[in-house]
Amino acid sequence: MSTAVAQHIDEIKTTPWSGGRSPFDVEYGKIMMWFFLLSDAFTFSSLLISYGAIRFSAPAWPAPSLVFQSFPGLIEHGAPLIFVGLMTFILIMSSVTMVLAVEAGHRNAKKEVAWWMVGTIIGGLMFLGCQAAEWTHLHSEGFWWGHIPTAETLKEFFRPEMHTPLSQQQMSSQQFANLFFTITGFHGFHVFTGVIINIIITVGVLIGTFEKRGSYLMVEKVGLYWHFVDLVWVFVFTFFYLV
Amino acid sequence: MSSETTNVHVDAEHGEHQSMTKGRIWKVFAILLAITCVEFFIALVIAPHYPGAQWINPIYIVLTLFKAFYIVGYFMHLKFEKIGLALSIIVPILFIIGLILVLTNESHYWIGLRLH
Repeated sequence: MSTAVAQHIDEIKTTPWSGGRSPFDVEYGKIMMWFFLLSDAFTFSSLLISYGAIRFSAPAWPAPSLVFQSFPGLIEHGAPLIFVGLMTFILIMSSVTMVLAVEAGHRNAKKEVAWWMVGTIIGGLMFLGCQAAEWTHLHSEGFWWGHIPTAETLKEFFRPEMHTPLSQQQMSSQQFANLFFTITGFHGFHVFTGVIINIIITVGVLIGTFEKRGSYLMVEKVGLYWHFVDLVWVFVFTFFYLV
Repeated sequence: MSSETTNVHVDAEHGEHQSMTKGRIWKVFAILLAITCVEFFIALVIAPHYPGAQWINPIYIVLTLFKAFYIVGYFMHLKFEKIGLALSIIVPILFIIGLILVLTNESHYWIGLRLH
């Protein structure tokens, strides 16, 4: 009787939650990065959902294909979505170089990690440059926080067959301007901080911090942040430029 | 005891095996690029023929969610993490659907107030 009980107690459970091991099998900093990104996802969701609510409660809205039809510095009119297409391509491309850096980190290939990180930083800077050009263009047309173009310019951003009255055009353009600069600005700020963090980590790679540590886990963590920035852009792109 | 350590060892090897290879990275890139190209094709070629069409936006949203799946699943590696970690990230995200439903409903009410 007593031996049977003892045997029962001695039986060792090996399921993930039985203790003695990390159930998620993830390092502390990485899981905290995930939870930070989760909270950031909520922030961006509330911004985008309030944008959606305001936009769908407006009787008229500036047409994206009419507002975004210039390629700053090259084409003034008639190139809808081409410039933002380039921006999207740059950001997806920089996401690929980042995941290649992570892959090189798994092989402890210091030089390769450094090169792919530099590629990611260049991609991020190019994206920021494009966004600056886009903002400058919209600003030159008269859009800014609290500012909209003159009635004459405003007409061009609404489909003529809709016959939207001027007061309605002015109201929804003002909402569009505020939401556009706030949301792309908040995203651009994330890209900016991402570039800064990437630079710090690249310096760490070059001076051999992670080589000494024996793992390039830090590259993975900033990689998560960078992919998240790309992920948010996918949604911003859809809801501001396509819908 | 020995069986337990081998178990852990096999587990670790399994996780390593599931990692992203260069070939797979470029494959996911090709998928993301292809989806984006489809979105542009719809926006530039198909949509102008159907001004004011309501059925185009859901297509954009479905394509966007596909892109989000590939970025989070493969680039952010969530598909290869432990199921507990994946659930602790994905389940809270589902609460956002609640906010979308509430504010969509609310915006219909607002437009009613504005028009009548």
